[in-house]
Amino acid sequence: MTSPAKAEGSGPTVALEPDLEPKTEPVQAEKKLEGRSPGQLMWQRFKRDRTGVICAWIVILYFVVALAAPLLTKISGTDPYTLYGQDPTYQDKPVLDDFGLPLGYFGGLSGSHWFGVEPQYGRDVFAMLVYGMRTSLYMALGVTVLMMGTGIVLGLIGGYFGGRTDYWIGRVTDFFLAFPQQLFFIAFMPVVTAFFVDPREETPTYFRAVAMLIVLWVLGWMGMARLIRSTVLTLREREFVEAAKVSGASPGRIVRKEILPNVVTPILVQFTYQLPSTILTIAFLSFAGVGFVEPTPDWGKLFANGAKYTEQDPAFIFFPGIALVIFVLAFNLLGDSVRDAFDPKSGR
Amino acid sequence: MSENLTLPAPQGTTGTSAENLLEVKGLTKHFPIYGGFPIRRKVGAVQAVDGVDLTVGVAESVGLVGESGCGKSTTGRLITRLLEPTAGTITYAGQDITHASRRQLAPVRSEIQMIFQDPYSSLNPRQTVGSIIKSPMEVNGIEPEGGREKKVRELLELVGLNPEHYNRFPHEFSGGQRQRIGVARALALNPKLIVADEPVSALDVSIQAQVVNLLKEVQKELGIAFLFIAHDLAVVRHFSQRVAVMYLGKVVEVGDRESIYNGPRHPYTHALLSAVPEVSAEEDAGRERIRLSGDVPSPIHPPSGCRFRTRCWKAQDKCATEEPPLVQLSGNRDGHLTACHFPEDPTTQRDEDVVLDPALRSLEESASED
Repeated sequence: MTSPAKAEGSGPTVALEPDLEPKTEPVQAEKKLEGRSPGQLMWQRFKRDRTGVICAWIVILYFVVALAAPLLTKISGTDPYTLYGQDPTYQDKPVLDDFGLPLGYFGGLSGSHWFGVEPQYGRDVFAMLVYGMRTSLYMALGVTVLMMGTGIVLGLIGGYFGGRTDYWIGRVTDFFLAFPQQLFFIAFMPVVTAFFVDPREETPTYFRAVAMLIVLWVLGWMGMARLIRSTVLTLREREFVEAAKVSGASPGRIVRKEILPNVVTPILVQFTYQLPSTILTIAFLSFAGVGFVEPTPDWGKLFANGAKYTEQDPAFIFFPGIALVIFVLAFNLLGDSVRDAFDPKSGR
Repeated sequence: MSENLTLPAPQGTTGTSAENLLEVKGLTKHFPIYGGFPIRRKVGAVQAVDGVDLTVGVAESVGLVGESGCGKSTTGRLITRLLEPTAGTITYAGQDITHASRRQLAPVRSEIQMIFQDPYSSLNPRQTVGSIIKSPMEVNGIEPEGGREKKVRELLELVGLNPEHYNRFPHEFSGGQRQRIGVARALALNPKLIVADEPVSALDVSIQAQVVNLLKEVQKELGIAFLFIAHDLAVVRHFSQRVAVMYLGKVVEVGDRESIYNGPRHPYTHALLSAVPEVSAEEDAGRERIRLSGDVPSPIHPPSGCRFRTRCWKAQDKCATEEPPLVQLSGNRDGHLTACHFPEDPTTQRDEDVVLDPALRSLEESASED
């Protein structure tokens, strides 16, 4: 047998110093050449993907804007709660005409109202959007993370352990899937709220958020659990899992170290779909009257209102709409890039 | 059949200790078949392995051969305890590990390792070569001198890979290199016994020899016992000191390499050996050919008595009623056991072909008439 390292080995390092490798010292010396860990490689792959980097900046920008909403509205000098069209303080600067429609072009764009004003009330669209993004984005993030986490854990457990465990987890999943989701969002929201808050009192906004979080979470984790379970089923019988078993690894370690890295792709794909769709679900809840109520600014509610105004003032929906389109697009593309970066088989 | 059993002593040819490292007695694995409506119940069982007796001595290499579906791999998986045996005992170094739990197995785990058949699915595609080889050491809490990373590099070198491939991913390697990584992983724990489940059958023929030679070197240098499962008789002959032939979940013949290859007694071993293509200088050197008819019977309903009788040209009534015990026949060497009522003479030479397949026979007859 000829030295197989030379015969089979490929890659630049072998070509560089083929005679040195059997000794230990040169290996130490060459360490710098090949000392890139998988994490570093991943980061390099990601940095090389221009679309991914741009999208990452856009997504980060959205989250920063959402966080910095109070600062931004300080610059614009507006806030989302003031009714600029009705408040007597602002009578000297009218923003609405006699019909309650914005004065000026394109929904009332002006130096003080950058994205125009809302018909009827005259609220500032820019302030509503940045504050609404704050509510929606962080709500959606929380809900999605909870849904994903539950789905991943249950899917991994059901898929890996199989048998009776899988059966019961599967039946519970089916049970929750059998609920007509949107109907139950509407039906459960008051129930959950009434459970904690006296119905005679005004429900605090933070509690509305918590109730929505719970309802969306409890009724939304099933898809993820199913997806992960099916992926794990195909991985469970692979020989590398058996190899880990032969080495004496515990089921926990096998699930964490052998299986989880292989389900990262479906998790990321699902996450990038889930987050924007959760934003829309929260919007739907607001639209249906069980989510956030006036005057809490909410991205979704902007669309609900926009639908109302669209005949008289189509410009109202423009900025919130564009913002959402860009966000969803960037977020999806970012998800793709991250997935590619995670996959060692995609070009390095 | 256990009263007839004479366990083969390790062969003198190996020159190693006479101690048995692994002892398998009456090993049985039945996979249940469920059916019925509305209540599912057990309607049968695939008798994949049915009473296998086997021993592997210290630093000895035992080959396990047989055609597809005869239970070779299942036997291997039972020994590494990937599957739970239905019956029988597995004794490793005097310790009964037949039904040991994961925790009870822990001290033995590092000593019994496995090399898998498919190098493409036996390595986790998301882990680097380094972490693949390192993980058995992490699991067993082994802290080698100079750190785990150093040990991994040494192992990579030992199996003939470049130690700098530490941070690469499995897909960057060819099949042969991947199998070497699998060997390195198995060696990471300094095992005493390696169950190699068809380690070369997924590889290119040109690579097969390299990997087999690597295993042979490893066996010689590190004194590791091997249970080498394969269907390639030439590879087994090259690698193993003792050979066990399996048919439909049973060992039909076991003995040292020379006895099995030069003086087989069981008709099935004859048939198996006659299927090995050989290059001979003279044309038509009078090599015997045995062509069995039909398929291996279903392991769900195996034939009564001798399991080979449905395809055996020597089968008689006795074969259907009485199961032949695995015993040493007269004229056999020590440790050469055969399970047959009507064994062949101890030679592979034959005067005429045995052609059992009727279609094949008529074909050949018409060809000779022309």
